[in-house]
Amino acid sequence: MIRLEAIRREFQVGGEPVHALNGVSLTVERGEYLSIMGPSGSGKSTLLHIIGLLDRPTAGRYWLAGRNVTGLSDQERALIRREKIGFVFQLFHLVPRLTAAQNIELPLTLDGLPPEKRTDRVQSILAAYGLAARARHLPNQLSGGERQRVAIARAAVTRPEILLADEPTGNLDRASGREVIELLERLNHEGLTLILVTHDPELGSRARCRLQMRDGCLLADGEAR
Amino acid sequence: MRLKDLVGLSVGALRAQRLRSLLTALGIAVGVAAVVLLTSIGEGVHRFVLAEFTQFGTNLLAVVPGKTATFGVSGGIISTVRPLSLSDAAALARINGVVGAVPVVQGNALVQAARRGRRAFVFGVGPEAPAVWKINVTTGQFLPADDQGSARAFVVLGSKLRDELFGRENPLGQRIRVGGDRYRVIGVMASKGQFLGFDLDDAVYLPAAKALELFNRESLMEIDLLYEPNASLDRLVADVKRLLISRHGHEDFTIITQKQMLDVLSSILNVLTLAVGALGGISLLVGGVGVLTIMTIAVSERTAEIGLLRALGAEKGQIVKLFLGEAVVLAGIGGLAGLVLGVGLAQILTTIVPAMPVRTSWGYVVVGELLALVVGLAAGVLPARRAAELDPLEALRAE
Repeated sequence: MIRLEAIRREFQVGGEPVHALNGVSLTVERGEYLSIMGPSGSGKSTLLHIIGLLDRPTAGRYWLAGRNVTGLSDQERALIRREKIGFVFQLFHLVPRLTAAQNIELPLTLDGLPPEKRTDRVQSILAAYGLAARARHLPNQLSGGERQRVAIARAAVTRPEILLADEPTGNLDRASGREVIELLERLNHEGLTLILVTHDPELGSRARCRLQMRDGCLLADGEAR
Repeated sequence: MRLKDLVGLSVGALRAQRLRSLLTALGIAVGVAAVVLLTSIGEGVHRFVLAEFTQFGTNLLAVVPGKTATFGVSGGIISTVRPLSLSDAAALARINGVVGAVPVVQGNALVQAARRGRRAFVFGVGPEAPAVWKINVTTGQFLPADDQGSARAFVVLGSKLRDELFGRENPLGQRIRVGGDRYRVIGVMASKGQFLGFDLDDAVYLPAAKALELFNRESLMEIDLLYEPNASLDRLVADVKRLLISRHGHEDFTIITQKQMLDVLSSILNVLTLAVGALGGISLLVGGVGVLTIMTIAVSERTAEIGLLRALGAEKGQIVKLFLGEAVVLAGIGGLAGLVLGVGLAQILTTIVPAMPVRTSWGYVVVGELLALVVGLAAGVLPARRAAELDPLEALRAE
């Protein structure tokens, strides 16, 4: 599903090159549940962004679903993001002026799906995630756990193949954090490839496949190379 | 993305900042209102002036003595101008396609009735004047078709002069004096109103031959021709020119067609309307700067949202469309409000100052709204491009 080969990523910070990723190679199978753990600055978020095609590696090669996506144009990468990848962020990133339902609908709207199809999909996902009563609420009228569930619904509504979650419970209390992680795991059970970035070992240890990162390098743990 | 969704998202974003959007739209509204109001006044003046000139009809052609539009030494020393005569007028009337020819001598004289006297305009004309100038006789008749050399001393009064001289009395058959000579009143003209400030009703009409005597003139001031509506103007002008040259020996006259004059006048007035419209356009431009400012602020406020949209798979083009859409919708709404405001103000102006010629031209109204949309589009381009060029990751980190 995902194959990274010797991925490097350098930033220029104040004229000094910083090696965020130092030759990372990684293979993730379809339907995998992978956690990437490590201290902040270890490059785990950068790796997630490269997998999610939000960032380009400085060097190395990347195959996604058998296709070399390393040198794709901005537009092509946007298309792949839209069709294959869902993101869940620590800060939820809901559009404050749109209701829960409208936020979930947003990727479908961007895709130009007819309104009646969009409504059907949004309604069924709202019901499935226990958010039906919250459909017309604005994000600031929702609890943290509800916001993250709306964000997950928005990522899942396009039926992507890969779900990338960057500290999805970082801004939540333990109870709602558990709800959120159970929801993500449910999606994984349904066949989605789930990649979770966290610095919380307890959370990371739930994954079938666990990776540790230090200074832009992978410390293998589990089945992944 | 569907157009309806684009508009929906734009309106939603504008509604989220209601006060700010209203104020920005107001800037555009004032600009469009200024364009509509000023062009309404310009168009009103245009129509007013043209109406003044076409009240005598449009199929007119005037021959005046002297060749203008020539250069050279002043003709003061040796004048070879052979003046226009009554027989010239009679000859011109016989040209194919000419309906009527009116010799014209104008002046000002004391008109005295039995008890009252008054200075009035004097028009020395021929019997065809009512047909050529589109004026009507209300009572009695117009000057008879006498031989111009021996025209009888009849006059026709303008309606105002009649009121001033005779009040409620019947003026027909009454004797009056015009500049000392005695005349008999045989008719009264219908009211024609004013022409560029001249009161055409405060006038007497008498035979051109008599007027020449009255003012001690040798020649006519002008000959007006009415031609058939479907006659070829170019051929007619050529015929008139050929006839007069054969009578005078050379071209010592000038032909002015009403159409020519109206065309020139109309184009001058159009430029005037455009110029005042452009003045309004300046305030529209200022409104556009307002849109630019607000859109720039919106892009920096919603950087994280832009990052999110990019993560959700929005292409750069879609980000451009979203922000352009917002700017255009904002300007469009402002433009519509401005149209209502401008048309309303024009109406109020017409009501308060009825003498002011105000006429809203729907062409300019449409142009006003289109201009607002174009201004919105132009103002939105820079912020929208900036939004699209943001690095998705950097944008996501902004919070």
